[in-house]
Amino acid sequence: MPSESIVLLGVNHKTTPLAVREKMALAGGYAEPLSALGEIAGLKEYYLLSTCNRVEVLYTTDDPAETRAAVLALLFGKAVPAEELARYVYQYANEEAVRHLFMVASSLDSMIVGEAQILGQLKEAYRHAAEMKCSGLVLNKLLHKAFFVAKRVRTETRIGASAVSISYAAVELARKIFGQLDDKRVMLIGAGEMAELAAEHLIGQGVAKVVVVNRTLERAVKLARRFNGEAASLEELKDQLLNVDIIISSTGATGTILGKEDIKPVMRERRQRPLFFIDIAVPRDLDQDINDLDNVYLYDIDDLTNVVEMNRAERDREAVRAERIVAEETLKFSGWLENMEATPTIVELRRMAEAICRGELEKTLARLRNLEPAEQKSIEKMASAIVNKMLHHPLQFLKSESNDHGTDRRTRINMVRDLFRLEGSNGNPDDRNEGE
Amino acid sequence: MSYPLFQISFVVYFLAMAAYVGFFVSQNNRVRTVARGIFTTGAILHTLNIIARYFEAGHTPITSQHETVSFFAWAIAWGYLSFRWRYTVKNFGTFVSILTVGFMLIAALASREILPLVPALQSWWLPVHASISIIADGFLGLACIGGIMYLLQEREIKRKRFGLFFSRLPSLEALDKLNQHCLSVGFPLLTLGIISGSVWAKQAWGAYWHWDPKETWSLITWFLYAALVHLRFTVGWRGRPAAIMTIVAFLAVLFTLWGVNYLLGGIHSYAK
Repeated sequence: MPSESIVLLGVNHKTTPLAVREKMALAGGYAEPLSALGEIAGLKEYYLLSTCNRVEVLYTTDDPAETRAAVLALLFGKAVPAEELARYVYQYANEEAVRHLFMVASSLDSMIVGEAQILGQLKEAYRHAAEMKCSGLVLNKLLHKAFFVAKRVRTETRIGASAVSISYAAVELARKIFGQLDDKRVMLIGAGEMAELAAEHLIGQGVAKVVVVNRTLERAVKLARRFNGEAASLEELKDQLLNVDIIISSTGATGTILGKEDIKPVMRERRQRPLFFIDIAVPRDLDQDINDLDNVYLYDIDDLTNVVEMNRAERDREAVRAERIVAEETLKFSGWLENMEATPTIVELRRMAEAICRGELEKTLARLRNLEPAEQKSIEKMASAIVNKMLHHPLQFLKSESNDHGTDRRTRINMVRDLFRLEGSNGNPDDRNEGE
Repeated sequence: MSYPLFQISFVVYFLAMAAYVGFFVSQNNRVRTVARGIFTTGAILHTLNIIARYFEAGHTPITSQHETVSFFAWAIAWGYLSFRWRYTVKNFGTFVSILTVGFMLIAALASREILPLVPALQSWWLPVHASISIIADGFLGLACIGGIMYLLQEREIKRKRFGLFFSRLPSLEALDKLNQHCLSVGFPLLTLGIISGSVWAKQAWGAYWHWDPKETWSLITWFLYAALVHLRFTVGWRGRPAAIMTIVAFLAVLFTLWGVNYLLGGIHSYAK
C-alpha cells in the first residue's frame, strides 16, 4: 500500500476490565504522551483520547504493523504486560477506524449510550493534539467530521433525550426515594467531572444545599463556591452525614472510606431519615454492605448503568437510526479519503509525464538548432499532446467514481501507481483538494 | 331493594378495578380519570345499599358476616376517597380497588339473610361501636396497602432491578407518609372503638372487660399498632420495618374479625 493508513488502537469498557483500563489511563494529561509519540518515526498524524471508560490512540502511518508495537510499548508498555495488551487492545484500520471514531463521538460506543460528555472529552483531546501540531490534514478533517457526525446524531435522533446519563439516573432514583428534593442536601466527597455533573443535575432539580468534602480543603472551598455551598474537611465526613441526604462519592482513595459500621450509628441519630449514596469512584469508595441497612440506598457506577438500561428498547431503536447516520458519514469520509489519495497520484502522474516530455524535448531541441520559434512551439505542443492523449485513459480510470472497471478505487490507484512506477510519498498535502 | 344495589355496586367496583389495572399497565391518565369516576360511583351506590339495608333490617347493618365485610369494603373505599382529594398517591387507587373488590367478593359469598337482632345488640351503641371499629379497620387496611406498596417499591430500589413497579409506584417517602397518615387516623379510631365497646360491654354484660377472645384479640391488635405508632414517633421508625409491622398488624385485624369467630368463638361472635 503506497498510501498511508488510519489506525485506531484502544481499549474500552466493553472489552477490557476496569483494573487494566485504570492502569492504561493517561493520568498525567495529554501533553507528555503526545510529545513522546512524536518520537516514533512512522507516525504522521496522531491524537490521544483518555476518559474513564476508554483509552484510544488514532494515527496515520505508512506502516501499521510496525507502528502498532511501537505505539503500544510507548504508551502502555510500562503499566501493562505485552500479553495483556495483545489480548485487550482492539485495532481498527481506515474505514473501520473512521466508523469507530464516529461511533465514539456520537456516544454510541459509550457505557451510557447517548450521554453528551464524550463529545466534550473528544474535543478536549483533539484540542491538545492540534495545539501540539500532532494533527494534520487527515486528522483535522476526520475529527471535525466526527464532531459534525455527533451533532447530526444528536439533532436527528432522540438518543440523548431520555434517561440516558448516569446523573439523570441518579436524580430519578433520588426522586423515587425522597419524593421532593427541594429540602434535601447533597454532599460531594471528592470531585470529578461525573460527580460534579451529577451535583449540577441535582441542583437543577432544586436541592436545598451542597456540601463539598475534600482531602484538600482548598479544593473543597473552590468547588463549594461554584455550587454556592459549603466546604468541609474529610475529618468532618461522619458529622456531615447527619446533615445531608444524598452523598455523591468520587474520591481517588484505594480502599473504602465508609462502611456499614460507620453508617449504622448515623442512621440512629438521623432518626432513620433515608440516606442515598451514589458511588461514582473507581475503585469504590463505599462498602457494598451499606445497602443492606434499612433506609439506606447505595448505588455504584455499575448499578446506575443498569438503571439506565431500563429504557433500552427505545434507545436501541434510536441507536439504529444513529448508526445509519454514522455509516452514511463514514462512507462520505472514505470517499474524501480516496479522492485525496487519487488526487496526488494524478498530480504525480502528470508531473512524471511532464518531466519525461520536458527531458525528451530538451534533448531533441538541443539537436535541432535551426528551428524557428514557431516550429519549436509546434514540436513542444505535439509532445505534450502525445503525453496528454496517452494519459487520458489512465487519468479517467483514476478519477471515475463508479466501479465500472470491476475494481474499487484503491486497487485502481495501486494499479496505476504500479504501472507507472510511481513511488514514494503522496507529495505535499497542501496541494490536495478537499472534495466531499 | 338493598340486594340489587349491592350487586350493582359490586359490579361497578369490579369495573373500577379493571379500569385501575388498565391504568396501572398503560399509565394513560385518561384511563385513570375514568377509573376514579367509576370507583366513586361504586362507593356512592354502595352507600345507598347500606342505607337501604338499614331500613330493611331495622337496625344498623353491621351484624352478620355479609354486612360486616360489606361495611369493611365501604370503609376502605370511603377512607381512600376521603383523602383522595387532599393528596394523591400514585396508583394507590389500583391497590385499593383490588382490596375493595376482594372484600365485596367475600361479602357476596356470605349469607345475606337478615337475622333478628339478639337482645344484647339492641342498643344505640351498636352503630357507634361497630361503625367506629370497622372504619378504623378500613384505614388500617389502607395503611396495609401502603405498606405492601412500600415493600414492592423498596424491593426494586434495593435490588437495583426495576420491573413493573419502579416507575408506577410513588416515592418511598410518599408511601411512608401515607402509612403514617392512615395510622394517625386509624389508630385513634381503633382506640375509640375499643373504648366504646368496653363501655357498651359494661351496660350489656355488666363488666368492662371479659377477656372474651374477640376482646383479647382486639387488645393484641391495639398493642401492635400502639407499638408501631410509638416507635414511629419516638425513635423515628419508618420504611421497611414499619411497613412490615403495618402488614402484620393488619393480619391481626383480620384475625380479630374472622379468625376469632370461626376458631375461638366466645360471646362476641355474633356474625357467623
